This record gives sequence, C-alpha cells and structure tokens, in this order.
Amino acid sequence: MKKIRCALIGSGNIGTDLIYKIQRSPVLEPVWMVGIDPESEGLARARDMGLKTTAGGVDGLLPHVLEDNIQIAFDATSAYVHAENSRKLNALGVMMIDLTPAAIGPLCVPPVNLRQHADKVEMNVNMISCAGQATIPIVNAVSRIQSVEYAEIVASLASKSVGPGTRANLDEFTYTTSSAIEKVGGARRGKALAIINPAEPPMIMRNTISCLTDDEPDHVRITESILQMIGEVQKYVPGYRLVNGPIYDGNKVQVFMEVAGLGDYLPKYAGNLDIMTAAATRTAEMFAEEILKGSITLKPVV
Amino acid sequence: MDLKGKKVILHDMCLRDGMHAKREQISVEQMVKVATALDDAGVPYIQVTHGGGLGGNSLQHGFALASNEEYISAVAPKMKQAKVSVLLIPGLGTMKELQSAYDCGARSVHVATHCTEADTSPQHIAFARKLGMDTTGFLMMAHLNDAAGIARQGKLMESYGAQTVYVTDSAGYMLPDDVKARIGALRAVLKPETEIGFHGHHNLGMGIANSIAAIEAGATRIDGSVAGLGAGAGNTPLEVFAAVCERMGIETGVDLFKIMDVAEDIIVPMMDHMVRVDRESLTLGFAGVYSTFLLHAKRAGDRFGVSARDILVELGRKKMIGGQEDMIMDTAMTMAKERGLL
Repeated sequence: MKKIRCALIGSGNIGTDLIYKIQRSPVLEPVWMVGIDPESEGLARARDMGLKTTAGGVDGLLPHVLEDNIQIAFDATSAYVHAENSRKLNALGVMMIDLTPAAIGPLCVPPVNLRQHADKVEMNVNMISCAGQATIPIVNAVSRIQSVEYAEIVASLASKSVGPGTRANLDEFTYTTSSAIEKVGGARRGKALAIINPAEPPMIMRNTISCLTDDEPDHVRITESILQMIGEVQKYVPGYRLVNGPIYDGNKVQVFMEVAGLGDYLPKYAGNLDIMTAAATRTAEMFAEEILKGSITLKPVV
Repeated sequence: MDLKGKKVILHDMCLRDGMHAKREQISVEQMVKVATALDDAGVPYIQVTHGGGLGGNSLQHGFALASNEEYISAVAPKMKQAKVSVLLIPGLGTMKELQSAYDCGARSVHVATHCTEADTSPQHIAFARKLGMDTTGFLMMAHLNDAAGIARQGKLMESYGAQTVYVTDSAGYMLPDDVKARIGALRAVLKPETEIGFHGHHNLGMGIANSIAAIEAGATRIDGSVAGLGAGAGNTPLEVFAAVCERMGIETGVDLFKIMDVAEDIIVPMMDHMVRVDRESLTLGFAGVYSTFLLHAKRAGDRFGVSARDILVELGRKKMIGGQEDMIMDTAMTMAKERGLL
C-alpha cells in the first residue's frame, strides 16, 4: 500500500521516538531526519534506521522535498524556530505538525477535534503540550455533556522525562495548556499545574482532572462519556489508564489518570513524551488517510 | 558556638504558611491586623499570600477568602518598616502573577522549587530581580537531596540571580546535623555576598534547634511563624526563636515582648485547631512527608475510611512531593479499594 512520506525535524528524544511510531504506521513512512549537529547521536541513529539525514537544519531538507515527495513534516525543535520552519515547508505544500509550544496553527487533540482540522486541510496544527494531550480529552468528555465553568488539571511528570527546554520555559507550558483547556476542552476557565517529581525509580506520568459543572452533574452520563473518551485515547496511547474516579463532590467531577508510554525509544514512565508523539502520529495518519483516499489535497501556501 | 553579636533577619510566615493551617480562610481584615502588629514588633519581612503562593487559588490547593492581590494591596500600604514578601512556585505561579503582586506592593519573593529541580526557576528569579525585588531561591523538601546536591542546586539559583538561597525543611524531617551539612555546603560554594536562609517545620520539635544550627553554619535569614501558625506542626515558632536569640546575643531587631503578645493575643485565638506536634504531624516529620499534606490526608482519610497516618506513610513511600496534593485523594481511594472499603 502507498504511504505518505514524512520528514522529522529535530533529532532529539521526541524526533527519535517518532521514527518508531511512524515506521509502524500503515499509512506513513519516515524518510528524512533533520538536525543541526552532524555529530549528533539522533542523526546517526536515524541513518542506522534507514532514514536520509541532514545536519543543515530545515534548509538542508528543502532541496529534497519535491523529489522525495515529502508531504508531512513533524517539528520537534523549539518555539523560536518553528514559525520559520513551517513557513518554508508550507510554501512547498508540506503539511506541518507542530510539537513545540509555538502554537501558530490551530490546537489539536485527536479525539476532540482532529476530524475538523483534516476536513479544513489545515496546513499547520499544534499538539499543545503533553499535559494538554493527557487531560483535555477528559475535560471535553465532561463539557460535551454539561457546561463546565472551570477545569483544572494537575500533571505530575518524572524529572528525567522533562527536558531543558520545558524547564527553562515553564510559564509557557502553563499558559499554553491553560488556554487549550478552554479552547479545546470547552471549559469557560482553565488552569494547568505542573509538578516535576525526581523519585527513583521514575514515576509514571499522572494527571488529575477536575471540572466544576454549572449545574449538578449527571453522574451516569458524565461517567459514560469519560469512559468512552478514555477508550478513544487508548486507540493511540494504550497506556492511558483510569486509576481512580470519576468521583463527584457537589458540582465537582474528578478523574485520576496514569499515562504509561509504549517504551519505543523513550522509557515507559515518560508517558508525557509518548502521548505527544502518539498524538502527533495519529494526527498525521488522519491527514494521510484522507490524502491517500483523494478526499483532500495539500497545496503550497504562498 | 558563640553567636553573640550575629545579625539575623527574621521572616514571618503566619500569613502564608499559616494559610495552610487555616484552610486558606484568613480574612483581609485579619491579615491587616496580624501584619500591622508584626510590623510594630519590628519583624522585617512578612509573607502574605495563599498557602501555595501566587497562583495558589485552585481546586488542588483550595480557594482563599480573597485574591492574593487583595491581600497584598491591603497589607503593604500599612507597613511602617516591614517588607511584604510572596511565595512563587514555578509550575503553579507565573511571572504575570509576580508582576501583579509587585504592583500591589510586594517587594520580596521566595521562588521555590523542589530541592532537585532548581532549573525550573531561571525565568522567575531573573524576572524578580528585574523588578528590583529581594529575591530568594527556596529549595523545598531539602532532606531529599544531600549536601553536595543542595550546593549544586543553590549555585544554579545564584547563577539565575538569587540573592539568598534557602534550605527548606518542608517535611520537618531534618535534625541539626542535616541542616549544618547542607548550609555548610552552600556556604562553601556561594559567593560571599549571597545570603543563606533556613525555613523549618516543627514536626519533630526541632524548629528552634535547627534554626540555631543553621546560623552556626552560616545562615543569616530565618523563617518562622508567630505561635507556629503554619503547615504540619507549624513553622519554627518565631516568638520562641526570638527569645532564644536574645538569650544567645543574636541580634534580630525584634521586640520580644511585643511579638509574644502577637502570638498570645492575636494568633492563638485565630487557630481552628491547636497547631502542635500531634499523631499526624509527627508522622510527617518521621516519614519525611510534605507538611501541607496534613489536613488533606485527614479529609481524605475521613471520606474513605482510611487512617490519615496510613495515607501519609504511603505518600512518603511513593516519594510524593509538594504540589501533589491530588495524589492524597488518589492514594486514599486506592488504599480503600485494596481494603474492600470502596
């Protein structure tokens, strides 16, 4: 079967984990890995795995985009360079999946709004943050039943799974996730809290989601909606697991989740990184399926 | 050791750490009353925020009676000599909230991280300095990192711009030798002009002894709270500490009798429960658990029929840290399930 050919920008942990996930996909094929350091371990590993590589940044990839028929690119670099990367690749008709906090395109949480983005043939979609991917489906599962006045999420991450970029820019993580809880989750007000825990052995990512509904919550319908949503996420993140809840206290609904990774390149405890790469892959697959069916066509953005 | 003539800066925590012990229910009027009395007693720094600091108002940490802005702007203009400080834990509070606290009159900040995660604070420390605030890097749960590790983390905070680095015994677990080792290691690596502070909890009754040990090892700033109004068994009781300092000839600039009156006449009548070493707060100190977990564990224990002590010990075993209050309910539910109660 024909596959859509992809480029990965950024040869760090996220980029490397993406190779594994994309290689397993029935509709995607990883072709290029883009880095900036010729000596980098990530580029060497990509070469071993059969990918073409460049250490010349996105400019090193551009001359090969058309001849290699690259149609989807994943950006796992930083918010600072993403806009430029996206502009250059969009101009060649390459659809961009943004795993940085840049968020220049619409925010995407696959079981909530991916369909809508694919139908509109968005040329740049943003994957928000790990905490966003892990919690917004639950907020949405509540808000699609009853209006949610306030939603709050607490993400606990293993210290070893949080890279220097996130650490140095923790406020951006907070702002991006809080805003997405509102825009995609459907809560009128959103708040995100992050805790980095250094315990050894590293703790598996945990997330607690609390929603305050305007009216008394319908326990049966909300519980059913949450369980159905967990099933949707499990299709691309098998380690997405309900630990406790939903529990109800007045107008408060609380759900306690755990996210274990697949352990492809990243260790299992780093469910926070895995849910990003899995959601990005799922997003690319939806676009790829539509391209292969001929229902959408990517066009250069001029 | 002779500490005669040493100068130490006291920092009161009643109106921040004490918020934990009051389930965040201190009114603006009470804040003003307490702060005014502390100011009059000569306490140079008074921390005023939600117990979780800036951004603390949440389902996770409880909603206070007023916003941080309301508290700070009510207290700050009334101060004759004291500076109002705030707590900022990155991941919970943000720079926007720090700017807002500054605009309301806050002039000092504890930027707090877990004792191994100092590198989550560079933006916030640099921003506090840019605002011209007295800026502290605050290493919480310091018993979970050894002396060399604390020294490395403190050095990072100093490199971001922190003027003071604190060893924070959030669990009230440390003994005087633990304090001395960590403060001594910091003193050996930090610039001479960088100050060192100690923030104790009284869960093992060691608040005073640990604070004196800290001064012996080079600390010049000590946090406490009048009558010990703080999380767990409370902070180092500040009026007791002031009396000990006076006996030892350590200079604090605080009027001992006045601060004793604040404790007895204002703070103790405000308490919802006697803040003291009881079975649960002793468990915190013994098991090395974050002091703020105390009341959450009692509530979760009551709801699910599991003893608060069992929950606290399990949280210690799972190495939960400050900010993970949601895991208290989660742990209580899991324990209740295992015991066939849920």
